[in-house]
Amino acid sequence: MAHSAAAPAEQYNYDIVRKFTIMAMVWGVLGMSAGLYAASELAWPFLNFDIPQITFGRLRPVHTTLVIFGFGGCALFATSYYVVQRTCQARLPSNVLADFTFYGWNVGVLLGVLSYMAGFSQGKEYAEFEWPLDLAIVAVWVVYFYNFVSVIVRRSQPHIYVANWFYLAFILATAILHIFNNISVPVSLTKSYSMYAGVQDAMTQWWYGHNAVGFFLTAAFLGMMYYFVPKQAGRPVYSYRLSIIHFWALIFLYMWVGAHHLHWTALPDWVSTLSATFSVLLLLPSWGGMINGIMTLSGAWDKLRSDPIMLFLITSMSFYGMSTFEGPLMSLKSVNALSHYTDWTIGHVHSGALGWVALVSFGSFYHLFPRLYDTRIHSTKLIYVHFWLATVGIVLYITSMWVAGIGQGLMLRGFDDYGNLAYSFIETVEFLHKPYVWRAIGGAFFVAGILLMAYNLVMTALDARRERSKLEAKLAAKLART
Amino acid sequence: MTVVRSVFTVLMFVIFIGIVWWAWSRHNRKRFDDAASLPFADEDTAQRSAREEDRR
Repeated sequence: MAHSAAAPAEQYNYDIVRKFTIMAMVWGVLGMSAGLYAASELAWPFLNFDIPQITFGRLRPVHTTLVIFGFGGCALFATSYYVVQRTCQARLPSNVLADFTFYGWNVGVLLGVLSYMAGFSQGKEYAEFEWPLDLAIVAVWVVYFYNFVSVIVRRSQPHIYVANWFYLAFILATAILHIFNNISVPVSLTKSYSMYAGVQDAMTQWWYGHNAVGFFLTAAFLGMMYYFVPKQAGRPVYSYRLSIIHFWALIFLYMWVGAHHLHWTALPDWVSTLSATFSVLLLLPSWGGMINGIMTLSGAWDKLRSDPIMLFLITSMSFYGMSTFEGPLMSLKSVNALSHYTDWTIGHVHSGALGWVALVSFGSFYHLFPRLYDTRIHSTKLIYVHFWLATVGIVLYITSMWVAGIGQGLMLRGFDDYGNLAYSFIETVEFLHKPYVWRAIGGAFFVAGILLMAYNLVMTALDARRERSKLEAKLAAKLART
Repeated sequence: MTVVRSVFTVLMFVIFIGIVWWAWSRHNRKRFDDAASLPFADEDTAQRSAREEDRR
């Protein structure tokens, strides 16, 4: 399928989209492999070989940073630049500024990951970057905001498509969260102390942490969904009005829910209750988005039988619906008393991160990549294989973590007839071994899937190059004849 | 301070109701239909007619 009549390479800046897509795949392969290795270390602890740089405590932030900011971040840069240019029919204002965000972001991720392995960390989950890198990220982000808004300002269309609203909310909210959570007092180039103390520090951290989920991993990827699902299905979104309502509902609700990460701790009880209430309310806008995405396919359900890209996108919506049901459930204080500090949380995060964020990105990339190279995908069959590897991997991962987390939670709260704890801590550790092995196997399936995808995309790019040189040879021959 | 907070909360609620009303008002139907078709606005005509045929 060819695209727009005017040569898109000149009309739009596709080069930056291509670069970010490639780096998303590079970070994705590295980050998911790091996650698989960390999971294997939990199952077979000897695997850290007593090397400090790859012990679980350091490898874990390496994994989360690579997959969230490396893979997720680059996927969002790539798709947001692509979507905003195409739906506004305007080009990015400057190639240099676009490249600045590319090099700035990727060097930042690389330096961050190396600094964690060397043992430097701010000690804030998902915000481990030390202060010099925090400042560098702010610089990149301001330029990103300028680039994105410039395209919207220069748009040749009267309307701003809903996907751009989601991307814009993500860019704005991420800036606010990042800046306020990272305010700290530096004592040296590699060490700083948070400006907040005690319970305020914890509440600021989880205000940041959960809104990183809400705006980085949800709103932004919904923006992706609102472009690529209609585009792949060949029909407009099910209800544009629903998209407006659930967008604003998400914006109004998300900011309040972070404290549900801190139930039964030193924070005031009313804050806990407030966060749980808002978390339950969040089910409505979350499912609004899911329904809107899935129903876009109504009347064209047969596409699920013939189009593996559609399979990726619709399955990602299903996992989104499932994990946004599980989330409010776990935010209830009574459920949280069982689930918190257990592997249920890890399972929940991964049903969102693998099932929703990664699958919607994979689907979008399979749609996007051939268009960037003006060719067809190398192998549709391999997309099917990838889909099943990924789905089986996710199911293995989350079911083993349900078993681990609920089992662990029940054991830790079990009492014997005399009121003593029924299990010692080491007994829970022994119990966790088998689910940990299954989790690692599930992770291996998922990593195998992304490796297959990387192969498929490389072959697609090589196909495109071959086609182009063939075309050029033909053209040259024709010119020589005349 | 409590009064300010209460007023702010009510204000946010009223704004949200206003957004719902705005989204559902008949007046805006065409505008949203146009916006919804934006992802397809930059296709060439051959492709668009193929898509419309596909839908029929």
